[in-house]
Amino acid sequence: MDWLGPEEWQAVALSLKVAIWATLLNLPFALLVSHALARWSFPGKQLLNAIVHLPLFLPPVVTGYLLLITFGRRAPVGAWLEQTFGLVLAFRWTGAVLAAAIMGFPLMVRAIRLAIEAVDPKLEQAAATLGASRFWVFATITLPLILPGLIAGAVLGFAKAMGEFGATITFVANIPGQTQTLPSAVYSFLQVPGGEDAALRLVAISVALAMAALIASEILARRASKRINGT
Amino acid sequence: MSLSVDIRHTLGDLVVEVAFEAPGGITALFGQSGSGKTTVINAVAGLLTPQSGRIALHSSVLFDHTHRTNVAPYRRRLGYVFQDARLFPHLTVLGNLTYGSRFAPRDNAGPALEDVTDMLGITSLLNRRPGGLSGGEKQRVAIGRALLSHPRMLLMDEPLAALDTNRKEEILPYLEQLRDVTGLPILYVSHSVAEVARLADTVVVLDQGRVAQVGPTEHVFSDPGMVRQLGLREAGAVLPATVTTHHTDGLTELAVSGGTLMLPQVDLPTGASTRVRILAQDVILSRERPVGLSALNILSATVTEIRAGGGPGVVVQLQCGQDHLLARITRRSAQALGLAAGVSCHAVIKSVSVARHDVGRS
Repeated sequence: MDWLGPEEWQAVALSLKVAIWATLLNLPFALLVSHALARWSFPGKQLLNAIVHLPLFLPPVVTGYLLLITFGRRAPVGAWLEQTFGLVLAFRWTGAVLAAAIMGFPLMVRAIRLAIEAVDPKLEQAAATLGASRFWVFATITLPLILPGLIAGAVLGFAKAMGEFGATITFVANIPGQTQTLPSAVYSFLQVPGGEDAALRLVAISVALAMAALIASEILARRASKRINGT
Repeated sequence: MSLSVDIRHTLGDLVVEVAFEAPGGITALFGQSGSGKTTVINAVAGLLTPQSGRIALHSSVLFDHTHRTNVAPYRRRLGYVFQDARLFPHLTVLGNLTYGSRFAPRDNAGPALEDVTDMLGITSLLNRRPGGLSGGEKQRVAIGRALLSHPRMLLMDEPLAALDTNRKEEILPYLEQLRDVTGLPILYVSHSVAEVARLADTVVVLDQGRVAQVGPTEHVFSDPGMVRQLGLREAGAVLPATVTTHHTDGLTELAVSGGTLMLPQVDLPTGASTRVRILAQDVILSRERPVGLSALNILSATVTEIRAGGGPGVVVQLQCGQDHLLARITRRSAQALGLAAGVSCHAVIKSVSVARHDVGRS
């Protein structure tokens, strides 16, 4: 990859790392929250729904600022995390993961929730009469049946994480080699004279990655739904 | 093994208040749609929590409102066969069949996979997906799946209602076998008089959320008071019968307690016990023994009860041997013949339907 400068290459690698981590971290929580929203009834359900979707409606800069005053090194949660686990988020790549995860979360929840709602509860009832507890009903019936939706949600979350800019730059800034993700790098290159070539290369990579993710998810989802509806 | 149900539950306008005991064998919950059948079977399965009451299987309490007992459906171990099969689309037929066995207690042997697939005729389908099965095949797999979960009882909610006549005929023999071979108690929801007459040992007749009548099938079907619930065209007595002779002209002779019946070719071995159903509208009454009639089946009987409905017809209950027959005739004929309780007469039977399979009642 000699046509990419080290700085550009770092930005691509960091973005991939951040997006993969954000997606993996989000998956279990998104599954749990989607299941709760789709199937359970509990007080405060509407509130949970609103909170989950908030990052979709807030300006990303606002989300980033909220993260900063919550997870900054001097902020209550941030200080506690540093003392207890030695985990620092602000201005680190870990913070970029958090920002990307939070921004991608509502998209994942929406896709997975739709998939769960499409599963016939009668099938889950039938599994229960055959002796499966709630956990086993979920693991052996619901989960396999929502696999296409789960893949779609994961890809959406991944794509959002790859492209996250506003919240990331506000929360962890734009430090080359540390927190400079692909979109931040494009932004930086466009700020300096003669940076258009580098920016264009990154844009091309961005488009290629997005296309690859989309095609991969299509293939996976098709394979999964074939397995479900196969004859 | 007996199931006892005593529940109360309000569903919209319908107040379901039902109490009965199912002694074993097949107990049919019979009633028109909206009579509360599905509410009752779902309460037994634990898919619906009644507002009050108690449900117990044998000595184990499944639900008791006063003691706040409500066993979760997955711990009840009742195999449920739904009207719409509900096979898991992402599993093969084999995967569906063995689904329940991994949750069954180890100490309970239960039927073997091979025996069940043989009995239900689904051995050749094991590697198929539910999506490609016919309605009848799906329903047989669903029955097998419920059986292989090692249940203490089977619950069946209109398992044949979604199938056409041919498919019904395809499944019915398996249900009869199920009753005779496995000995599992079965709670069978149906609105089909023919199915209930053929399968059930005990009938619980539900009418607008209440038990209208409960008892052995022969008893309930020969009750003139049940004619309205069963429907005028469908009402008729069910009698135990034994195959005595296969005649060379293609007729089969069956013995009932009140005499013999001649029927076209019955596919049962000599000595087999079965059950015949004689519709009330297929019985003609005569005071004298009729002569010069083409009808072969004439039984002597004694009138036990005459019940008038709103219309021009009456339902006559007859004692015929140890069993009862029902006849539906016009009020005018009843008067012309001078029929009254205690009067002896002859029942001319125009047609008889026979359960195909050996009933083998215990």
